[in-house]
Amino acid sequence: MFLLKLLLKNAFRHKLRTGLTLVGLVVAICAFGMLRTIVDAWYAGVETSSSTRLVTRSNISLTFALPLNYAQKLRGIEGVRQVSWANWFGGVYITERNFFPQFAVEPASYLALYPEYLMPDAQKQAFIRDRQGAVAGRKLADKYGWKLGDQIPLRGTIYPGTWTFTLQGIWDGAEAKTDEGQLLVQWAYINETLRKRSPRRTDVVGVYILGIDEPNNAAAISQRVDASFANSLAETLTETEAAFQLGFVSMSEAILVAIQAVSFIIVIIIMAVMANTMTMTARERLAEYATLKALGFPPAFVVRLLFGESLMIAAIGALIGIALTLPLAAAFGKAVGNLLPAFHVSPLTMALQAGAALVVGVVAAAWPAWKMSRIDIVQGLRHVA
Amino acid sequence: MTSEAAPPLIRIHHLSKGYVRGGQAIPVLLDIELEVAQGDFVALMGPSGSGKSTLLNLIAGIDKPSSGTIEIGGVDIARLSEGELADWRAANVGFIFQFYNLMPVLSAFDNVALPLLLTPLSSRERHERVAAALALVDLTDRADHFPNELSGGQQQRVAIARAFVTDPLLIVADEPTGDLDRHTGEEVLGLLEQLVSDLGKTIVMVTHDPKAAAKAHRVVHLEKGVLVPDSAA
Repeated sequence: MFLLKLLLKNAFRHKLRTGLTLVGLVVAICAFGMLRTIVDAWYAGVETSSSTRLVTRSNISLTFALPLNYAQKLRGIEGVRQVSWANWFGGVYITERNFFPQFAVEPASYLALYPEYLMPDAQKQAFIRDRQGAVAGRKLADKYGWKLGDQIPLRGTIYPGTWTFTLQGIWDGAEAKTDEGQLLVQWAYINETLRKRSPRRTDVVGVYILGIDEPNNAAAISQRVDASFANSLAETLTETEAAFQLGFVSMSEAILVAIQAVSFIIVIIIMAVMANTMTMTARERLAEYATLKALGFPPAFVVRLLFGESLMIAAIGALIGIALTLPLAAAFGKAVGNLLPAFHVSPLTMALQAGAALVVGVVAAAWPAWKMSRIDIVQGLRHVA
Repeated sequence: MTSEAAPPLIRIHHLSKGYVRGGQAIPVLLDIELEVAQGDFVALMGPSGSGKSTLLNLIAGIDKPSSGTIEIGGVDIARLSEGELADWRAANVGFIFQFYNLMPVLSAFDNVALPLLLTPLSSRERHERVAAALALVDLTDRADHFPNELSGGQQQRVAIARAFVTDPLLIVADEPTGDLDRHTGEEVLGLLEQLVSDLGKTIVMVTHDPKAAAKAHRVVHLEKGVLVPDSAA
């Protein structure tokens, strides 16, 4: 108790210095948490991928479509339980700045494959029944203030013309990281319209999504799928949903590595700032430590005083920093919108923030504690005189 | 019927201390022989650089001799390790410094209680001892005050209370009145006399001030690291 009182009083002896150190620490912990969350958000699609879903696409490129009639053959492949498909729609909602992913899907099979999209059954059925229907994630609907029954006009970039959809459902994610930033429309409506406008572009899909019976069989099933379409006009490439998503993330890998590096550099910088604070503190208190040792306190007591003070400042900085990261991340997530649809500070990130603060506290005190534990009492007492 | 004199509390034999600076040996104390009886009040005097503070530091166990023995209460402290010396100091020595050396973030009460943290006393016992020590130096009403809220004389009285609160064998005082005006210095010296007469403490004090030395029972002079014969106060 006495030690705790002494630590607390020592920590706030120079209020301005401790305050400024705390500000630096809080900013560093916040920045570290935000950067980690950005990286996490980038990988969110990978993390929320289901191990029981495979994605089949053209083995030339994602921009090459596959024939619709592959669906029948895919259903017959051993291990494939469900088949659905999706096309990237790529429409513009009012202005180009309002970007969000839109997919034209086969509704019944698609929603069956994505049980993490939680939506009342009535809304699901309304979507399935209405060819011009659409469903949106909660975050997207909230962002644009959409309500059920609203008309959503999209100007097509891949499929020319203006397309108007009726919002029939809004899903909530089963987990915090579940994507709530997409809009799904009916593939059949697009296909039928294209039949009139540009018949040569009909009956093709961008990707097939396959539900499989057993995650352990993913590799074998993928091989079987691709073997089935080998030497055809549209050969396929099948991979797990996670691998498919990772393919997108890997395009930005250099940026992600840079972000991660910056997050650690910030911690190292604040470590140096804090070490400087603790070294100055120790030097100023040289005579006090010498007095304590003269009174019979062992060097370990001086070490405890310095480590305790450093860790106390680090802990206060970590608590404030972590507490501020949460609203900051919420505001940032709102500002970037659907660019990073699942922007949440994870418990792991908070644990890493606390861990970083702990490391800063320990490292900052290490040198002065070692130095002060070895001070010569007579020399230290002379420091006063 | 024979009566045996009590053995001295401090017995210093062939004590020498030197430093090496720039490859050159600098002797500070040379073959010191000194005995101090229990309950004695000894003043160490001498010009600057005579080695009086070094001798006090050696007696207090915060410095190590180059050779010789320092027996205090039957223990040759020159042979103790750093850890053993720290324990020995905690149990047997009270310190009074010229500049008080109080912890600025602690109240007068907590400053006096500081050395008691190294004892097995309970919290209540510590509280009682500190209260008694502060009463003896007439600072009961200043117990909650911090050092910067006290005058120099009051701070030195807190330091004196801290020095005897553990009931040590020996109190060492390095220029205890050096930073005080004459009147306050007199008060502090009066307290030291009281510790000797009322509590039977043994005090070794370094001073430049002949008036302060006059309060001691015995004055020991040092010149160029060598003791000159005692003079009775």
